Amino acid sequence: MLGLESYRLVADMNRLLALLFHQGVLDEQFLQLQQLQDESSPNFVSEVVNIYFNESEKLLRNLRALLMDREQWEYTKVGVHLNQLIGSSSSIGANRIRNVCVALRAASEQNNRLGCLRALDVLEHEYCYLKNKLHEFFHIEQQRVLAAGIRYPNPMQQHQHHP
Amino acid sequence: MARSDVFSRQRWSEKTDNFGHDVHVLAVDDSLIDRKVIERLLKITSCKVTAVDSGIRALQYLGLEKNSVGFDGLKIDMIITDYCMPGMTGYELLKKIKGSSTFREVPVVIMSSENVLARIDRCLEEGAEDFIVKPVKLSDVKRLKHYMFGEDKISNEKQETNKRKLSEISSESDISEPDFSASPSPSPPTSISDSSTESLSSSPSLDSSTSSSSPASPQSSTPLSPPCSPSLLTSPTRRLKMTNLELD
Repeated sequence: MLGLESYRLVADMNRLLALLFHQGVLDEQFLQLQQLQDESSPNFVSEVVNIYFNESEKLLRNLRALLMDREQWEYTKVGVHLNQLIGSSSSIGANRIRNVCVALRAASEQNNRLGCLRALDVLEHEYCYLKNKLHEFFHIEQQRVLAAGIRYPNPMQQHQHHP
Repeated sequence: MARSDVFSRQRWSEKTDNFGHDVHVLAVDDSLIDRKVIERLLKITSCKVTAVDSGIRALQYLGLEKNSVGFDGLKIDMIITDYCMPGMTGYELLKKIKGSSTFREVPVVIMSSENVLARIDRCLEEGAEDFIVKPVKLSDVKRLKHYMFGEDKISNEKQETNKRKLSEISSESDISEPDFSASPSPSPPTSISDSSTESLSSSPSLDSSTSSSSPASPQSSTPLSPPCSPSLLTSPTRRLKMTNLELD
């Protein structure tokens, strides 16, 4: 029963990832991150992704504040924030977010205020979507690790007894 | 020459190079995420890593700056730096390093998210060993490590002699290149280097089943690899052209 549970969870994870790849939300760089995760660094992907979320939320808040400013746009600052977000999104494989940022950067360089605000809306939406989906992914992974741990007890953990 | 081939391959299969001490890399990047990733990439390829967040800190670490914390006997085998950084850019850092007597021989690799030829040329002219377009992949780091340190011989030789030896070895291995057929990559030299590097590497992560292989990079493990011929890729500009092809 527990073995099937673990199997089912892996299938769920793969299905979720496949969906995200199909949608272009994630790209192969995310797979690269997974390749860097092993016994010596078992939480690498979630660690990096959580740093990404923390940083991105600050950047998005700043962007919103800068672009909502009716008086004057600080183009340089907008550019700096966007470059950071583009870089980090590309590093974790957040493909769609990266693309929207590039579009937003172009709109800002063209002084297209309306275009910028629209792109920002899309950006925030994309960010929420990615965050939800990746949280779901890590949640399933946590469950899988637990299920696998029960099924294949670590010889060191003598207190786990199973028939 | 055949004997030293076997010798160098045995050496490569061991975790460390240079007879017991790991390759020590100084990584410079202002982005925390990129620092984490490059650190992990380097550690997985058995390098010792020191990561700093700016050019100034890098210079301080190397002992090239006022108020330096640099200490005698600091051994750095490679410096890898981001190009776009606030304060001091990677290019400026490169110039400072190449201008120093202590570290000018250390290979410097530039990373950048922008694939701008003028920028690449400028860096290479200033003495950069290589230029990697971000996001950095495992295959990039393995290739780097391999052509810089994989063929290291008994004495501490200079880069020029290493490159010469690499081209000597590759002329032998040219015969075995047609044997290699597993790679789906469109550019044969790149794929041979990648796959041969991977099968020789002791990285455990390749065996994990979590990642599905993506068509863009030949990650499938090959049971047999020809002796690697990285000499084709010692020319950074050729590799860049390959990279450009892949990016299209």
